[in-house]
Amino acid sequence: MAVKVIIPTPLRAYAGKQQSVEVAAGTVGEALVALTNQFTELKKHLYSDDGKLRSFVNVYVNDEDIRYLQKDKTPVKEGDTVSIVPSIAGGAQSRSK
Amino acid sequence: MSRAPLKVPEEMLRRIHAHSVETYPHECCGALLGLDGDSSREVLDLLPLANRRDDSPRNRFEVTPDDVRLAEKTAREKRIELIGWYHSHPDAPARPSEFDREHAWPWYSYIIVSVQKGVPRDTTSWRLHDDRAAYDPEVIETVAPGGHPIAGK
Repeated sequence: MAVKVIIPTPLRAYAGKQQSVEVAAGTVGEALVALTNQFTELKKHLYSDDGKLRSFVNVYVNDEDIRYLQKDKTPVKEGDTVSIVPSIAGGAQSRSK
Repeated sequence: MSRAPLKVPEEMLRRIHAHSVETYPHECCGALLGLDGDSSREVLDLLPLANRRDDSPRNRFEVTPDDVRLAEKTAREKRIELIGWYHSHPDAPARPSEFDREHAWPWYSYIIVSVQKGVPRDTTSWRLHDDRAAYDPEVIETVAPGGHPIAGK
């Protein structure tokens, strides 16, 4: 089934400069695998070295965060939109207090 | 690779500094809205945001995905783009920490303000390498109200 994956601006350079990519998938996990197989440079920005989705990478199906659904096993159907949404974090060096 | 400088109007820098003083000794954060072109990138507006890291706001900041979507929507409404983020380092240098690097996204500009004893000092900007291994410093070109560059920092 074809679902649309919305690519956030900072990652578009690694996805052929496209705002969205259509992939065939039955779950969110399959959609992300299909996306990163097509655009391998995306992998290091979405996944940590141990293969898990980075903590600041958020995935929504339509408007629902997959953490509150079935995570990467969340089913997707024809016409669904999967959005990759950044969260932003950082800060100074840890303090020794 | 040399990058075009990040143009920041004086007023925007003043607003970032004021935000960093207001939240001291906690970190402040906000979105940089502007235009990104092949040869230049310019901040045209700011969206100050709440630091969502309640547990360690003196040396951490967090912008939730909802706030990121708000920043994207605000930029779209103004017909500009979300081009990066600013945050402060209270009583710490204006250099990205390892924690900053681990959590950074490519492409965005990251402005960091060092606030020493409540007074904003150095202001720097950074872009993450494609391989995520390090940051490149990005020159900040301050723009006076008339649109003329003042000096690169």
